[in-house]
Amino acid sequence: MARYDRAITVFSPDGHLFQVEYALEAVRKGNAAVGVRGTDTIVLGVEKKSTVKLQDSRSVRKIVSLDDHIALACAGLKADARVLINKARIECQSHRLTVEDPVTVEYITRYIAGLQQKYTQSGGVRPFGLSTLIVGFDPYTGVPSLYQTDPSGTFSAWKANATGRNSNSMREFLEKNYKETSGQETIKLAIRALLEVVESGGKNIEVAVMTKEGLRQLEEAEIDAIVAEIETEKAAAEAAKKGPAKET
Amino acid sequence: MVAADSRASMGGYISSQSVKKIIEINPYMLGTMAGGAADCQFWHRNLGIKCRLHELANKRRISVTGASKLLANILYSYRGMGLSVGTMIAGWDEKGPGLYYVDSEGGRLKGTKFSVGSGSPYAYGVLDSGYHYDMTIDEAAELARRSIYHATFRDGASGGVASVYHVGPTGWTKLSGDDVGELHYSYYPVEPAIVEQEMTEAVVA
Repeated sequence: MARYDRAITVFSPDGHLFQVEYALEAVRKGNAAVGVRGTDTIVLGVEKKSTVKLQDSRSVRKIVSLDDHIALACAGLKADARVLINKARIECQSHRLTVEDPVTVEYITRYIAGLQQKYTQSGGVRPFGLSTLIVGFDPYTGVPSLYQTDPSGTFSAWKANATGRNSNSMREFLEKNYKETSGQETIKLAIRALLEVVESGGKNIEVAVMTKEGLRQLEEAEIDAIVAEIETEKAAAEAAKKGPAKET
Repeated sequence: MVAADSRASMGGYISSQSVKKIIEINPYMLGTMAGGAADCQFWHRNLGIKCRLHELANKRRISVTGASKLLANILYSYRGMGLSVGTMIAGWDEKGPGLYYVDSEGGRLKGTKFSVGSGSPYAYGVLDSGYHYDMTIDEAAELARRSIYHATFRDGASGGVASVYHVGPTGWTKLSGDDVGELHYSYYPVEPAIVEQEMTEAVVA
């Protein structure tokens, strides 16, 4: 097995591209990221490691915009992310120039996935070590979309998804609790999913909300308020569960 | 409304009276031919291919804006190499009707009416004086037909058949194709000339 994991362009006898799989490992070690699609809102949430005291937190934004109507969050190697994001931003503008239309979410996702795939089939390079969550509203149709790409270059659309550290638990939570939501409910669902795996508190979560008007990063205070709401709801649910039991 | 004549000339020689100058790029987009016939035909066909590929990749039709820009960018990249193309891209997309003028200099203009080619000044005269934005389809077809007819009347390099196409929400349809010679006599029928008093034998008193 050791002989088949050196170069990316070499298949192993049982059909694996080990470099791609190792890249997925790198993703699994990255920050947790979650995306939830609502009827009129899409929310991206990312785990934020506790801010180092002297660091300017504004320079480490984990949720970025690719265009006015598209945003991206990723899990994995952040340096690779920068390169991919820059290329995607250029493609968004290039598309606007050649067809005088903003990109659709599917188009830019296809582009990013295509880039990631290219690096799994070239010599002398390694795959990008990140999975991305891409959200946005399509121009004209206004349909909200959430897509995910991974180091192998595959992509698909999701109602809600998670990637990065502990993504399985988050996805399980989302599968159990997902329902069509809008506005504040969507934001709460995304934060509740993140709170499953992240320490509670506004300073450990970065949340951005995409609506037809554009992307809005939530302030720490806002996030704290919603987290508090969620905690009280959880406590109430716990009490309700225990309540009837005591009476009998 | 898209109309064109059908004459091709090589200098003073009329090489054909039956050229299809309105090129069907796809069922909802038309292109017109002016300048070099081969250049126009080839690049319109090529544009049709690109439009179809766009549809397949993006699961939606390309806009008229996008199609005209694709063509304009291609022509711009060949600027100075002798292509001769003066074309209008007309079609219907999500934003409604779209009309663009694109030429081999790399120019691209959006507009509500254009006239292109050697007979264009004559056509403009008729077009400009008869046009208003809210014409009916029949009025517009007749105006287009007349504009082509007048261009063929005065310009030696224009003639043959005046074809008129209509582009609507469900695509284009060919409305008419009339020989301009016959159009002439239908617009300006021959009046029996007032015969002067014929000379008769003088009555000898």
